[in-house]
Amino acid sequence: MKDELHLKREILEILSVDCTKTASEIAVMLNQSEETVSLLIRQMEKDKTILAYRAVVNRQKVESTKTQCIIEVTCSPQRGVGFDAIAQRIYKFPEVRSLFLISGGFDLLLIVEGETMKDICFFVAEKLATLDHVKGTSTHFLLKRYKEDGFILEDGEKEQRLAITP
Amino acid sequence: MKDFRAEVIKNIPPSGIRAFFELVIGMEDVISLGVGEPDFVTPWHICEAAIYSVEKGATSYTSNLGLLELREKIADYLCRKFDVSYEPKKEILITVGASEAIDLAFRAICNPGDEVIIFDPSYVAYVPIVTLAGGKPVVISMVEGDDIIFDVNKVRENITNNTKAIFINYPNNPTGKSFSRDELIQIAEVADEFDLLVVSDEIYGELTYDYNHVSFPSLPGMKERTILISGFSKAFAMTGWRIGYAAAPNYIIEAMMKIHQYSILCAPIASQIAAVEALNRGEKDMRLMRKEYHKRRNVIVDGFNKIGLPCPHPEGAFYAFPSIKRLPFTSEEFCHTLLKEENVAVVPGTAFGKSGEGFIRCAYAASMENIKAALTRIESFLKRRGLNVSG
Repeated sequence: MKDELHLKREILEILSVDCTKTASEIAVMLNQSEETVSLLIRQMEKDKTILAYRAVVNRQKVESTKTQCIIEVTCSPQRGVGFDAIAQRIYKFPEVRSLFLISGGFDLLLIVEGETMKDICFFVAEKLATLDHVKGTSTHFLLKRYKEDGFILEDGEKEQRLAITP
Repeated sequence: MKDFRAEVIKNIPPSGIRAFFELVIGMEDVISLGVGEPDFVTPWHICEAAIYSVEKGATSYTSNLGLLELREKIADYLCRKFDVSYEPKKEILITVGASEAIDLAFRAICNPGDEVIIFDPSYVAYVPIVTLAGGKPVVISMVEGDDIIFDVNKVRENITNNTKAIFINYPNNPTGKSFSRDELIQIAEVADEFDLLVVSDEIYGELTYDYNHVSFPSLPGMKERTILISGFSKAFAMTGWRIGYAAAPNYIIEAMMKIHQYSILCAPIASQIAAVEALNRGEKDMRLMRKEYHKRRNVIVDGFNKIGLPCPHPEGAFYAFPSIKRLPFTSEEFCHTLLKEENVAVVPGTAFGKSGEGFIRCAYAASMENIKAALTRIESFLKRRGLNVSG
């Protein structure tokens, strides 16, 4: 068996591109036994390396009414816990889809989703900005998506190659 | 009116690939495993570098040899990756694709009647290029049953007083076969013993999956008797940019340059600048593409073996070359019938030489979905005739 960590990375790479690939298909691609691949996938599901399997959706195709925004947050770190405590208070709100601690002019970057723009305004004004240790917020509503998770959302360019070439 | 064509052209048979292309063109919903070029588009940073250069006015000729910066990058790359040193000012020539480099090589070395040993099956252009250069192709079959085998004795048996060169291509189009270091050493010994030149087309060198590619001129004593040919088309997904190169001793490069300067002048400057970018920042893209081809190789070879079409293990390039010898079809009949009934395009092995009879070339420079769909369709084709492995 290849080095286990290396093999796990290879499996994750395949599943990150297409989570519908079966253990048997992955085993052929990596020249491994199906049992080995199944075992490693189960291990990664159990230890939460793999959190979920889901589709990357082009929301513009389904005319979703949901609104998303990116919110930059500046906040004060707390002794002993740094930004972890305030981050925890923020990520528990279901509106927060993603939360990152980042370097630069602000501290936390949130991706927030709401049914309407009004919902998000309410969340920012009533919930987020009023938290202790939050010093300021800057909210940017998403207007159009061009690329999502590595996928270009406009209809793809046509195959340019000839059908048969030497 | 008389026929104005030259005799040599009249005698060159039309390409089997072209005939098959004419059949496929216009058909709808064809899954093609017949495309001998990457299905990836050129990485964007490479395209962008070329666009920027044009915007900045890089629209002129370059030196006949090609941009010095590109030749320096190639020399550095060959030294770093394959442990072979070339002097960029004297020993490297930038060409319009590796095809031009091959053409120049044989036009530069062949006197009428000089014999060139070519392994069969081989890339469609090899025999015609040698012929057009006035050389005499001496074709050696590498097929043994369902397999592709290198046998140095066959090379020795075919050497005459007129033999000038051995022409090798590895990993190979159409078989995917590469040469191990041991096999290359056997070729080197023959070249040394009979004072032969080796023209080594290593365009697929970076697409080697099972071991590290060994470049022929890196073998002891071989740099002086090798014309190394390579390019950017396959590894960097840059087929349409048409940038190749030859690396060889100075007197041979000078001879090739004489032809190049009068017929081509230089390779297009924007493409050369794109190639510089490919070598500066494109190796990561190339590794990712190679990794993807490697997975597809495993899937297609496994697939053909499972449906009972034994597939010689392709160590590189992006071609599988399964045998159909157990089926009641010639290669051409199989490909035509498969195309007609299942809308799957594969190329008859005979397009690559007589030894290709009983084989089909299937390019896995296609999406995994298309590879799987093609395998499923081929399996149904066999089942319908009771030709699947379980009967």
